[in-house]
Amino acid sequence: MSAAEEVVAEGHQAVAAVPKRGMTLGTGTSLVVLAALLIMPIFVKNFIIFQMTMLLIYGLAVLALNILTGGSGQFSLGQSAFYAVGAYTTAVLMEHFNVNYALTLPIAGVVCFAFGFLFGQPALRLSGVYLALATFALATAMPQLLKLNFLEHWTGGVQGLVVTKPDAPFGLPMSQDMWLYYFTLVVVIAIYIFAVNLLRSRSGRAFMAIRDNEIAASAMGVDVALYKTLAFGVSAAITGIAGSLGAIAVQFVAPDSYTITLAISLFLGMVVGGVGWLPGSIVGAAFIIFVPNIAEGISKGLSGAVFGVLLFLVIYLVPHGARQVAILGQKLAGKLRKN
Amino acid sequence: MELFTNQVLAGIATGAIYACMALAVVMIYQAIDHLNFAQGEMAMFSTFISWQLMQWGVSYWAAFAITLVFSFIAGIAIERILFKPLTKAPVLTNVAGFIALFAIINSSAGLIWDFTIKQYPTPFGSSPFLGSQLISTHQAGMIGVTVMLLVALYFFFQYTRIGLAMRAAASVPESARLVGINTSWMIALGWGMATAIGAIAGMLIAPVVFLEPNMMGGVLIYGFAAAVLGGLTSPFGAVVGGFLVGIFENLAGTYIPGVGNELKLPIALALIISVLVVKPAGLFGRHIVKRV
Repeated sequence: MSAAEEVVAEGHQAVAAVPKRGMTLGTGTSLVVLAALLIMPIFVKNFIIFQMTMLLIYGLAVLALNILTGGSGQFSLGQSAFYAVGAYTTAVLMEHFNVNYALTLPIAGVVCFAFGFLFGQPALRLSGVYLALATFALATAMPQLLKLNFLEHWTGGVQGLVVTKPDAPFGLPMSQDMWLYYFTLVVVIAIYIFAVNLLRSRSGRAFMAIRDNEIAASAMGVDVALYKTLAFGVSAAITGIAGSLGAIAVQFVAPDSYTITLAISLFLGMVVGGVGWLPGSIVGAAFIIFVPNIAEGISKGLSGAVFGVLLFLVIYLVPHGARQVAILGQKLAGKLRKN
Repeated sequence: MELFTNQVLAGIATGAIYACMALAVVMIYQAIDHLNFAQGEMAMFSTFISWQLMQWGVSYWAAFAITLVFSFIAGIAIERILFKPLTKAPVLTNVAGFIALFAIINSSAGLIWDFTIKQYPTPFGSSPFLGSQLISTHQAGMIGVTVMLLVALYFFFQYTRIGLAMRAAASVPESARLVGINTSWMIALGWGMATAIGAIAGMLIAPVVFLEPNMMGGVLIYGFAAAVLGGLTSPFGAVVGGFLVGIFENLAGTYIPGVGNELKLPIALALIISVLVVKPAGLFGRHIVKRV
């Protein structure tokens, strides 16, 4: 036995093991949430609808990171790069080639999948902080790459590109914001169902086996290299689609909207929502969208400090994120039913 | 050829900054097994404290000493108050805690001392060193201090009881606890030392990059890169990594066409990643054998 030996045991991994049933909501709760999301826009103003759209989009991006980290145990600080690639794919296709906005989403997904899969190759040999550094490098490089001179004709350089917001089709009596909200909602639900099923499939089990114990997984015949890069690809594709939707919703893409700050926000969203708990993604997204605004409202000069304090409060109260709250709620409901 | 040597020299000079920071990063990584994202901000805050002391008329070295003591205590306090309750929380939650600490320190420093750029004095002077225009006496002094710090740390960890206890607590906490080492306090001590080393790094860097709340942003990224390149388990590796990153960065900026200041960072990082792909534990890192 050498001194530099580490026993990989229960509770020792970076990402806690979550059983796959613990990753999703029950049918009843899902339907209630869905109904709330469907009815909500009828009662609120356009600006709030826009914020809800952004909430869904960030939720989707956090979900993508959740599949990567919570599912396969790989850590990424480079999600903003995939988000940027998706956003730019949509913007370039819409503005230079007049492609319909809905068609740009799958294209962005495919482009990002390829990008993520290729990036996953060199990242294979890295794990933990080393992987964090590699993905971090990607995130810092992306805004600079988008500003490069020879791409300026397509990307618009530092100025970025303006994207036209689509009207509701078939003459539906809806504002643009409301139409975009429902469009986003449909895409998000489709991807959520895909993600849930993915994690329940053979591939999902392979991801989780790698997360829980890589060596044991490979001994059991899981192709570790393939599934690790696959997880990167899927996560990148979903992030890219979120980026596309984001570009359409904000109507503007520019290199400096996709800096490392975005990647860090998405990471915080994942932690607050609960690593490995897919529905938590939307809770995490709400945290990263609304809490900075609340912090600004409390104190303009100290908004960063207020944000930090609020974040500390959240991780003290619920170190496992919203998942912990959900589990607690479930237990309470179970007790009530028994009585 | 002269251009090459000059660029290498200039790289070593900037590398000293990264080496200092990387040393602080490795120190805390040894103690707590995580990368502390708030390390740079803690160093920045310490540097502001010393600046404030000097504004009040304290001499440079007195301010230096007071700041070191203050940082050491503050580091321990941060660990005891903020991070000890999180010991049982998942690793990623701890990382979120570091990000929160980053936001708090950055924003408070901005409020107390505002965001204007301030001059910071150097004890070494800034005339050319040994007639070379590329390295000033301050940069030479910085390299000297970094090397001294490294030697001191080496002796501390190899030849003192408490250094040995800290190493034991970091590498096998369970066994360390069984032989009577208070591992929880060793972690606090690690925080204190890392914060003090960060303060030294901050005070040495401030004359070069000037003092302001965001001064550490870029430096910390390079410091991390240097620490990872050298191997997170080796203080010596961190210092070598720091110099290498400085040299990489300068040579990439000079020789690769089309690389301006903007692309220097991504290229340096890409190079580091290529090195890591070949040597995943860093250049001088200990390879950890895993047992199922």
